[in-house]
Amino acid sequence: MKLGTVLPDQTRKDVERRLQRGGIDFGGFVFRLALVSCLVFALLVLLVLVADVFDRGFGVLTDRGLDFLSAPLRTRADEAGIFQSLRGTFWIGVFVVALAFPFGIGAAIYLEEYAPDNRLTRLIDVNIRNLAGVPSVVYGILGFSIFVKAADGFFPGSVGDHAGKTTAAAGVTLAVLVLPIVIITSAEAIRAVPREIREASYGVGATQWDTIRTNVLPYAAPGILTGTLLSLARALGEAAPLILVGAVQGRLGSRTGFFEPEQLSEQFTAMPITITDWATKPANSGFVENTAAAIIVLLVVVLLANAVAILLRNRFENKRAGR
Amino acid sequence: MQITKEQRVDETSAMIDDIEVREDPRASEIVLETRDLDVYYGAFRAVRDVGLRIRANEITAMIGPSGCGKSTVLRCFNRMNDLIESARVEGEVRYHDVDLYGDKIDAVEVRRRIGMVFQKPNPFPKSIFDNVAYGPRVAGQRRGLDDLVERSLQRAALWDEVKDRLKDSALGLSGGQQQRLCIARALAVDPDVLLMDEPCSALDPIATGRIEELMQEIKHDYTIVIVTHNMQQAARVSDRTAFFTAEVNEESDRRTGLLVEYDRTQNIFSNPSDGRTEAYVTGRFG
Repeated sequence: MKLGTVLPDQTRKDVERRLQRGGIDFGGFVFRLALVSCLVFALLVLLVLVADVFDRGFGVLTDRGLDFLSAPLRTRADEAGIFQSLRGTFWIGVFVVALAFPFGIGAAIYLEEYAPDNRLTRLIDVNIRNLAGVPSVVYGILGFSIFVKAADGFFPGSVGDHAGKTTAAAGVTLAVLVLPIVIITSAEAIRAVPREIREASYGVGATQWDTIRTNVLPYAAPGILTGTLLSLARALGEAAPLILVGAVQGRLGSRTGFFEPEQLSEQFTAMPITITDWATKPANSGFVENTAAAIIVLLVVVLLANAVAILLRNRFENKRAGR
Repeated sequence: MQITKEQRVDETSAMIDDIEVREDPRASEIVLETRDLDVYYGAFRAVRDVGLRIRANEITAMIGPSGCGKSTVLRCFNRMNDLIESARVEGEVRYHDVDLYGDKIDAVEVRRRIGMVFQKPNPFPKSIFDNVAYGPRVAGQRRGLDDLVERSLQRAALWDEVKDRLKDSALGLSGGQQQRLCIARALAVDPDVLLMDEPCSALDPIATGRIEELMQEIKHDYTIVIVTHNMQQAARVSDRTAFFTAEVNEESDRRTGLLVEYDRTQNIFSNPSDGRTEAYVTGRFG
């Protein structure tokens, strides 16, 4: 039979019948159903939690509005606010950004670009990964035994039992806590820079520094940003290390401003601490609603950090893709 | 009788000298020369005993089957192998009779004089202008970049196509345009030698033709070494051709490349003196 001639009718029908699917793929259907239910279950748990929190706490936010954010900690639920807690969390964030980001990104650049590939480097690499998995309480002990003592010596004004248990010590502790995560995610982003780009840069006579500054870092920026901002979100949500570093609830210093750097040498609280404390108060004291409201605020802060991460990442990615 | 390596090299270079004296008494100046070149990746010897002389304003092609080490040799000419931590070079690579692997030689300076175009077009994710201006900028040039970019793009036969969109991303160009942009970027630092590592293997025949034309146009100002899988391309564009092959090692199944024959392109393709070359260029292996 020559090519291009029409198949006889009988053959065509035969082929058509064979090509049409025979029956339903039952196994595939069940598998797909199982996967969808995994997703639904995971989302449902989250949704119930968030809905419950909003149900209890949203009233506080709508009734009291800014007053809830600007009022200090008080013993009466309808007067108590989260001003000092927000302030503590803000300054902890400042420490993470100022310490963990530059040191973490710097260490990642060194490990990926400069460090020789030998046993020592690999050992360090493995141990940074292990550090990222160390429970945060352990970092709290580190913060208590090192940073609190250091802060005690650093700020001469603080005396007594609370000496050294300052915002600064807490900030440094949480910066160190997320440092391994910043290093790992940054190193992975740097490793993902295509070899072709490095070669192109070296090929026209760029130095290693030129190549890192003008090609590697811009290319890795989206990945680095995502990792670092997610680690910031993690730091803002940590409570356990802060308890060990000496976060208090009440009896806070006299500073009233939000941005006054002097408070770094004073006692502190933070959002997760306040939430933990309020959550343990009696059920009918009104603090249950306050707890929920504080959780909403913390969620918003963390989601904002993530939103910024996503926006910046998209911007850098678009730039990288030439759009 | 035991033949030492030195003796063998002497004989090889004597042979090359003979050919040149006999056939081309007015051969141009030697720009790049390898003597007894071995390249190792860790303990594995990837290429052995390469002796080559690259002459000014000629196009020298390096051909051979996969794994014969032609790209590895090319990457010794501008010390691109430095980027691979396990790579090690023995023997000499001389540029205008200066040992490129000498103690005080700065690989960055080497690459400013010996530029490279890669297999896959690899423009930076930056604007067309910034791509071409990149080399001069990292060399410290701040003024006259507009002119330099225009001249470089004109040399690379790309100016007319991109002059109205210099600020656009280079990633929006077609593959062939991207490769010409990479050539413009390499030419912008005004190198002496242009190394091309299979520059057309990712391009269609029309784009390939343009690159080949371009090579002919610029060879009067540059010395070009091109690695190619495409024998017709070597035959079309090059003045001299080096044929490499790979031999299986006794101790492992990895292959070590070696230079089989190096001669005028015409001789390599029509009258090769080595049976392996003949088998390769006539399509009987590889």
